[in-house]
Amino acid sequence: MTVSSVFSPPGFNFSNEVRNNFMTEKGLPLPKATSTGTTIVGCLFKDGIVLGADTRATEGPIIADKNCEKIHYITESIRCCGAGTAADTEFTTALISSNMELHGLSTGRKPRVVTAMTMLKQMLFRYQGHVGAALVLGGVDSTGPHLFTIHPHGSTDKLPYVTMGSGSLAAMAVFESGWQPNMEREDALKLVKAAISAGIFNDLGSGSNIDACIITEHHTEMLRNVEMPNERVQKERRYGFRRGTTAWKTENVRNLIVKEEMTFVGGDAMDTT
Amino acid sequence: MSIMEYNGGSVVAMVGKDCVAIASDLRLGNQALGISSNFQKIFPVTDRIYLGLPGLATDVTTLRERFRFRVNMYTIKEEREIEPETFAHLVSSTLYEHRFGPYFVEPVMAGLSKTPSGGVKPFIAATDLIGCLNFAKDFVVAGTASSKLFGVAEGLWEPDLEPEDLFETISQTLLNAVDRDAFSGWGCIVHVITKDKVVTRTLKGRMD
Repeated sequence: MTVSSVFSPPGFNFSNEVRNNFMTEKGLPLPKATSTGTTIVGCLFKDGIVLGADTRATEGPIIADKNCEKIHYITESIRCCGAGTAADTEFTTALISSNMELHGLSTGRKPRVVTAMTMLKQMLFRYQGHVGAALVLGGVDSTGPHLFTIHPHGSTDKLPYVTMGSGSLAAMAVFESGWQPNMEREDALKLVKAAISAGIFNDLGSGSNIDACIITEHHTEMLRNVEMPNERVQKERRYGFRRGTTAWKTENVRNLIVKEEMTFVGGDAMDTT
Repeated sequence: MSIMEYNGGSVVAMVGKDCVAIASDLRLGNQALGISSNFQKIFPVTDRIYLGLPGLATDVTTLRERFRFRVNMYTIKEEREIEPETFAHLVSSTLYEHRFGPYFVEPVMAGLSKTPSGGVKPFIAATDLIGCLNFAKDFVVAGTASSKLFGVAEGLWEPDLEPEDLFETISQTLLNAVDRDAFSGWGCIVHVITKDKVVTRTLKGRMD
């Protein structure tokens, strides 16, 4: 085998494009990818940023994951919430996180939030909205706390409180009535929880639990499932089947334990001294 | 009619007590016409990892070979077997590489990962067609009967099932779900993976 047949260039691979376009022309539409119908929020408080997210992932009208993670790691003091096409938010934040680590190593400084924001917006603008990631980026660096929203086409906003995703209207209503400058840590967390709850209960695309993340200058606290308002109750009875219920035709057992037995033939064992 | 429904087929995986199970139907169709009742969609990756690939049959075959190649390369380079978590990320990034011209499959993985104490931990995962990973703690489903499988599995699955009980639960889940799906069925196969053996059974079910 030659080396060239194994080598694949970095970036996206378009080798299926022609075939897929042919099938679309034949009247077979492209299937839907998992999207996070999502409520994600962020808010500024006295000494940092609080980020919040729900935990539902949807595939059209089906709930694909009841407890997914939407607050992604960028650096130790920068995190990013993702809405939109689930795979895109996952891979874009992972790529930027990797590049931020390398950037921090090469400059010898703690990377800044604006740097992550610029990397993200330049990547999203380059893909002209085809990478469907809508992000809330927040963190604290040497220049203080920062909070951004980044839209799939690459535009950005810098605001003291932000919401994104299909539950953004419900969440923004809570922020508009409850946000104040210089809030205490506990009050900010309470407000973020209320905003996510508004999304969970009023928007069909959002649901399940609340994740939050509090970022201050010296400490980042990831609060996975801080609140679980939709836990499933204990089942009324067991629905197990009696063994032997299912009729089967053939059975094949693949034994993974390799047995080894030693039998000495002849008189004395081999002299190994 | 979407490309995902062109050949039909469904896969489900479930977690039990120190065991996992993965099951699929055996149908290969050309839209409504049945072609084969012995089309395997689940493939062994290592001794303790199985991969289910429901979706467009041409991509099922292509990706099976692609993953076999990449797992072999990993095994040679690392001089050890691939762990289920690592394999899930390999599947995910292979699919995301084709973000703008995807393969039409929704992979489901089931396996046992090794713990530092020498025991095993059940692992299941699924991705969508562009590689968004879903690590579930209970069950994962994919394919044309996924909506039905979600409903039945949600009702029947319970935690800490022994291998024999898990076999009954996953079999009944799959059989009853595919009976309400026109594109899945024509026989079923179930693999139950435990610490020291893999039991594979073909099920008796409706053939219409």
